[in-house]
Amino acid sequence: MTDTPRLSSHGAPGTTGFSQEPAIRVMNLTKEYPGGIRALEGISFDVPKGELTSVIGPSGCGKTTSLKIIAGLVEATSGEVVVNGTQVRGPGPERAFVFQEFALMPWATVLRNVAFGLELRGFGRKERESIAHEYIAKMNLTGFEDAYPHQLSGGMRQRVGLARAMAVDADILLMDEPFASVDEQIRRKFQEDLLRLLSEEKKSVLFVTHSIEEAVYVSDQIVILTRGPAQVSNVVRPGIDRTGDPQNIRRSSAYLDCVESIWVELRNYLEE
Amino acid sequence: MTLRGFRIPMVFSLVVWCAIWEIIGRLNLISLIPPFTDVVEALFEVIPSTDFIDATMITFQAFAIGMGLALVVGISVGILMGRIPAVGNLMGMWVNIFESSPLTAIVPALMAILGFGLPTMIVTVFLFSVWVIALDTQVGVERVNPSLIEMGRSFGASNRALFSKIVFFAALPELLAGIRLGLIRGLKGVIIGQLLIAVIGMGYLFELYSRNFLMPEFWALLIILFGFAYIASEAVAYFERKVAFYATSR
Amino acid sequence: MAVRTQSQHGRIRTSSWLLRGASILLVFGLWEWAGTIPVSIAFPRFTDTMSAFVEMLADGTFASAYAETIGPLLVGILLTAVGGLVAGLVMGLSPRAEWLGLPLIIVLQASPSAAIVPLITFLYGIGFAAKVFAVVLLSAPVIVLNSYRGITNTPKSLLEMSDAFLAKRWQRIWKIVLPAGSGLIFAGLRLGLAQGFTGAVLAELLITPTGVGDLITFYRAGADYPYMFAAIFSIILFASVSLTLLQRLEQRIFRPEMRPV
Repeated sequence: MTDTPRLSSHGAPGTTGFSQEPAIRVMNLTKEYPGGIRALEGISFDVPKGELTSVIGPSGCGKTTSLKIIAGLVEATSGEVVVNGTQVRGPGPERAFVFQEFALMPWATVLRNVAFGLELRGFGRKERESIAHEYIAKMNLTGFEDAYPHQLSGGMRQRVGLARAMAVDADILLMDEPFASVDEQIRRKFQEDLLRLLSEEKKSVLFVTHSIEEAVYVSDQIVILTRGPAQVSNVVRPGIDRTGDPQNIRRSSAYLDCVESIWVELRNYLEE
Repeated sequence: MTLRGFRIPMVFSLVVWCAIWEIIGRLNLISLIPPFTDVVEALFEVIPSTDFIDATMITFQAFAIGMGLALVVGISVGILMGRIPAVGNLMGMWVNIFESSPLTAIVPALMAILGFGLPTMIVTVFLFSVWVIALDTQVGVERVNPSLIEMGRSFGASNRALFSKIVFFAALPELLAGIRLGLIRGLKGVIIGQLLIAVIGMGYLFELYSRNFLMPEFWALLIILFGFAYIASEAVAYFERKVAFYATSR
Repeated sequence: MAVRTQSQHGRIRTSSWLLRGASILLVFGLWEWAGTIPVSIAFPRFTDTMSAFVEMLADGTFASAYAETIGPLLVGILLTAVGGLVAGLVMGLSPRAEWLGLPLIIVLQASPSAAIVPLITFLYGIGFAAKVFAVVLLSAPVIVLNSYRGITNTPKSLLEMSDAFLAKRWQRIWKIVLPAGSGLIFAGLRLGLAQGFTGAVLAELLITPTGVGDLITFYRAGADYPYMFAAIFSIILFASVSLTLLQRLEQRIFRPEMRPV
């Protein structure tokens, strides 16, 4: 994915600069919970194919809600989500979800957890376990196939969650603050691993985070939401050259400027 | 459940059960089950009768004294078990055994030792309820977050203050659960005790009604007891809900 | 996480065994002392009770009594386990069934339903069936309630996960809901068995003079107090040993760290 041309333009919501059909198109999404609490107020944006788009905004603004609507886990009050040209009416095989709190089955081994998506789809034991072994190796979990989640650290648990999502071979990964429950050092390593993995696997990713640094570091495109009820405040393309050493990226002026400009924008939405 | 958009509270399903009861009774399917309306009628005859008033007095007396003792002993023992590991080890085994064992079997021994009167009933209530109160109190005290105790110490709290201002409140959710279970068991105990003694209180009344096949009266008495048990346990549950907001986040 | 070393752990374990032994000696010693005074003519010494216990064990009194008690107990628990699991499952999955069933179960669980036991004779006489009914009557509420709680306590994140990975309805129940609730359901069976013991003994004391309950009644009538206490001792010992074994099994199969939080 490093060969994708990167534009440093600040696009208006809903435009991507690509003529190609987007992986996800979110149109005028509104969510109102019973009791009249509005979480989303007409959200629109595109997730271009083969790119990583992150959604960032003040805490409690409805980032996770919008992700779960796209996943088909939560119903929108109005508006629609189109994935690969088809309107979303529920969860689908082309989307895989990575949960903030991992959502691993405590009674199942790493192997079974990773293979679980395939198990639900009716794959035979041999087939699903050989696929699972492949992703366990890619996630550096080799040797832990028979461990249970409670024996793993937070970082390892999330790698199991990521392996499970990769194993079902969906085009689209939906990640809900996947590194929020992981400590800072592991998180950096994780971000690098994620980028490496995505460059091999060619997936479209929608990534929810509350960390500006994380968003700028991993994203091709960043959707900034306002305070709840959330609206799209801006869509930014950091346009950072990721070919070099990760440490240099974090020191580059493009990276630092982008972090600064998003912070300036988000600061307006913080509670007084 | 909702009906035409209205949410019907769950307790109202008991009305449905009463209706089913009425139908079974009217159809005369089982001789033991009279129509619910007959039972309600019997309720008005049972409650003012001297038999019932006497039985209630003695039952309540036994229940109140036994529960009072069980609360004092159970809570103190539970606190000691929770705070002092040696006491916990020494008594834990017995508390656990008696908490789940068929104490009904002990009642005949109590009758042999203490006779057929109030003392046997009091001890029965006590034995049925004290263990679960002690056990839950212990669990509550042990679950107090150590950082809260360290916080108290670092701000110079005395042992007394530490206990009354931190440990007590932190252990309150489990303590109340123990009291509620203790009440339920104590009531079961007083009824089982009286059924086995068979010559006093509610046990005598049940014996009288079933021997003379006065089914409406029998079920009326049962409804009174069920109602009392439900109200008593809900009363404690009300306080439990009041502290539930911090029970999960200590 | 356990940070104790193996030897420290071993030392703590030995000391807790020592304390437990001391505690048993203390209680039985007090019993012996109270029987020697004696606090009541109906209160035998521990040693007399034990010799009666050994005698009844040796001459087969216990064997034949327990044969009569355990049969109905097991049949009752088995019936209630199957029925209770189904009832809990239906209540946990259908809001209508929950609305109708839950309040009834909550009321029954809080109530002294033992009072119904004397009526059983009219329906089932004084035989096997009457005891089974008493066991079911007392054990059903807790078994149903725990099954229901087990079914409804599935963590929301696991349900969302199964949705996101396209689980069908039966897969969701079979692969997520039931395993997540199995610990609570099994605990319900254990608590139900504890209630079942009470039901069986109560039935034997009140309506069907058989089994261990009858031993207690018989020796009380004959004022053979060491034998009466031995019979009571045996049922409490038997109940706590079987419940402890079940609890061990439960901790082994459904280890707490394998349960969803």
